[in-house]
Parts: sequence; C-alpha cells; structure tokens
Amino acid sequence: MNIPRKKSEKLIDKNGIRADGRKPDELRPVKLEVGVLGNADGSAYFQQGKNKILAAVYGPQEVHPRHLTIPDRALIRCRYHMAPFSVDERKHPAPSRREIELSKVVRGALEPSVFVEYYPRTSIDIFTEVLQADGGTRCASITTASLALADAGIPMRDLVVACAAGKIDGQLVLDLNDVEDKMGEADMPVALMPNYNAITLLQMDGQLTSKDLEKVLNLALDGCKQLYILQKEALKSKYVAVKEEVKE
Amino acid sequence: MINLPTFYESRQLVTPGDLLAEGNYIAGDNTHKEDDKIYATRVGLVDCERRKISVTALKAFYVPSIGDTVVAKVAEVGVGGWMVDINAPHLAVLRASDVLDRPFRPQKNDLASLFDTGDLLIAKIVAYDRTRDPMLTVREPGLGKVTHGLVVEITPTKIPRVIGRKGSMINMIKKETRCRITLGQNGLILINGKTLEDEQIAAMAIRKIEKEAHTSGLTDRVTEMVRKEKGGVEHTSKEE
Repeated sequence: MNIPRKKSEKLIDKNGIRADGRKPDELRPVKLEVGVLGNADGSAYFQQGKNKILAAVYGPQEVHPRHLTIPDRALIRCRYHMAPFSVDERKHPAPSRREIELSKVVRGALEPSVFVEYYPRTSIDIFTEVLQADGGTRCASITTASLALADAGIPMRDLVVACAAGKIDGQLVLDLNDVEDKMGEADMPVALMPNYNAITLLQMDGQLTSKDLEKVLNLALDGCKQLYILQKEALKSKYVAVKEEVKE
Repeated sequence: MINLPTFYESRQLVTPGDLLAEGNYIAGDNTHKEDDKIYATRVGLVDCERRKISVTALKAFYVPSIGDTVVAKVAEVGVGGWMVDINAPHLAVLRASDVLDRPFRPQKNDLASLFDTGDLLIAKIVAYDRTRDPMLTVREPGLGKVTHGLVVEITPTKIPRVIGRKGSMINMIKKETRCRITLGQNGLILINGKTLEDEQIAAMAIRKIEKEAHTSGLTDRVTEMVRKEKGGVEHTSKEE
C-alpha cells in the first residue's frame, strides 16, 4: 500500500538549513544531568531540543509480584510514558498501544547492556517519563535510561546511546524532530553500545533505497557517537565537580 | 605499583564500557573481560595491581558475602523467623532457632517480643548463594538488637574508604568523637556516642568521606573538619 505523503518544501531551505536552523548532520542542543531524583536508586534528565525526558531506575530488588521471578537472571521491566502535558493536545495518561510498544523497545535496547545473569531472582525497574515531546523520544528515552542505570550502580557492559537519522525533502539528515519525522520520507532510530560497536536497536519507518539506508545508518551511528561523549561527561560531572570543589 | 601500558592512569575516573586494558590482564572488581580486552562496568576509579585491573565503584549496591557484618532492619516477623532488610537485592532470613537457646515452638514463643518489625539489628551473614536468600546469625558477641545510636547510610563500596589505610580514618573519627562505630558491610554505619553532638560530628565526617571518596588527602581534611566542629560544639556549650 502506498500512501502518498504530503510534500512540504519548507523542511530544508535553499541553503540546506533545516526549519529549526540546523545543518543536515547537526544534533539538537543537548543538556544531560545525572542523579536528579532523590528517591530513586539512579536517575537522569535529558533535554534534546524541545524534548524533555526524565528517567529513574530502581533495583536490583525483590520481584513483585513473586511469580515473575526468573531463577537465573534479573528481570528488567521498563515503562515508557508520556506525560499528559507532553504534547499539543492533552494525552490521556493511561498507557496507549504506542507507549506499551515503546516500553518494550526501550527495554530491548537496554537489556543487552546489563549483566542480568549476575543478579538472579531480582528485578530492575526502569521508568522513563516524557515531559515534553518533539520527536525522537524513544531514542532520547534509551539514552536517558542508560545513564540512570549507570547512576544506580548497576554493572553494565557499556552505556547505550540512541539517535535517529532519516530522509526529508530528499536529503539525509540527523536527529529528526517531530515535524521532520511526520512530514519526511523516512526515519531510522538506532541504539548503539559504542565500545562494542554493537547495535541494540534498529527500526525504520518510511522508505529508503538500499544505498540511502547505509548512509542513514552511518549518519545515525555518528550521531550516537557524538551523544556518547556528552553522556560520559554527564556521568562524570557529578564527581568532577566535587573534586574541583576540594581543590579550591 | 608497576606502570603497565593501560589506557588509563591509576585512580582515573571511568564510566561503564571504557576500555581499560588490552592484553594479558586479569579482570578485577567491576570490570569485564571479553577477548583479552578489559572494560569497566561501573562508574569508578581504576586500580592496577600487578596484572589485575579493577575499578573501585563510586556507586553500587550491596551484594551479600559470607562473614560480613551488616546493620539490618527487621522487615517482617514470620512464623519460624524474621525477614530482615540488609540493604541488598534480597531480604535476609534470621531463623528463630538461631536466637532462642531452647527448641523453638511456634505456639509458645512470641517472635515479635524478641525482634519486632522496624527493629535494628547487627547481624552476620552465614550463608548466601545465588539460589537462596542470605541467612543471618546474631549468636556472636557484638551482634544483636540495636537500642540506641545514629545510623548513616553510604554506598557499600566506600566502606573501605571510611576505614582508611590500616584503619587510620575510622580510628581518627573514633578517637576524636569518642564514639563507638559499627561498620556494616552493607553500607549502613551505626554510631554510638556519649552525646548526640558527638554522634552528629561522626556522621558528618562519614558523609564527607562518602562525598569526597574519590579525592586525595581526605584523612587530613576530615580530621580538620572534625576538630573544627568539635571546637564549635565546646564553644557553644561554654556560652550556655
């Protein structure tokens, strides 16, 4: 089935600049913070352009309800949720079909990074709350949740970082926002464990030629690597700040 | 310490996934070995001793280990014993027969009168493996119910830092504040002092150690802080 997409020439102007002023291979401005919540074992906050995402991690802890216990490894549970005020029109707070699916997607992207086999009969609960959404929230949730896991002191193979790339107005671009995602031709979210060079999530929506697919994938991977540097910095900043304070 | 061709300097801050060393090394705490490559698995400081590379975690949770002394809280009074929160992923079990000298009869003995929900205990771990919940004992001198004192919680991996080299840090705090300090390997620290002020100074010192665990020259700074605080307390008491 081929649904013709409405073409809008405004996504990229004649100078190759996108509607929000970015170059095709530029990420949105990023702000990352770790340990923002007092009651959770680990937490992180991520701002990516207009996206605002909060993640909290509990565990490893006893599994409730009991019957979900896995005898030889930890159970990872994940909740992706959009706040009612995160979008233009109030979103019903109950988890929608899409949110349930994204919870599964986020969990699947993070699970390979955690040493689940070290902590049998426990659960690790991840909560990601989208406070404000502007496209690419699944990627942002993965990036944030991974930081929250590291902040909780849960042993991990690597941090997971996610970023999307796609095609709009016939051009390949990095880190699509909401409008670009909806009006564009294709969107491909990718999650990566940078030190292992392992992809833990690969999805695509729209249409791409096989040549473009490879280019878009590489673009997304580049974006992931850029974000990874910021992710590491955020994780260290808490301790670096104390170190500098002491030196004074 | 020999300087080996690793990718990080000793005591450098690393994050999960950082490649620490490549080649013939042994993976120590909080590291993971995959095809001759050693990666960090937690945020922490790198240590390199001979061929062993490890990371001292700056945040972790407690994993029980046999022989550990822990400060624990009774979570549940059961039929044949207690379920005790030891700040680990699992609740620990303390059996009634461990506490009572005589044979235990559920009809006669009221367990809640011995240890009730919410009571603090100092206990020792006697059994633990990945298939069963940890088992506790209180039948050793120094163990048992806690009646008074102050409890401070820190990340369990920082307990060695609180102890210091050959106990230098903890002995200093004990001497300066005249408090009895029980270190639970699970990150809970019990402070017993003559006055509340003494206890609070000791607690402050411990919190400072936790916050600045990854910096050097800590013992001196903590000593300075404790002496200053103590001076302050004596000063105000004179004024009164």
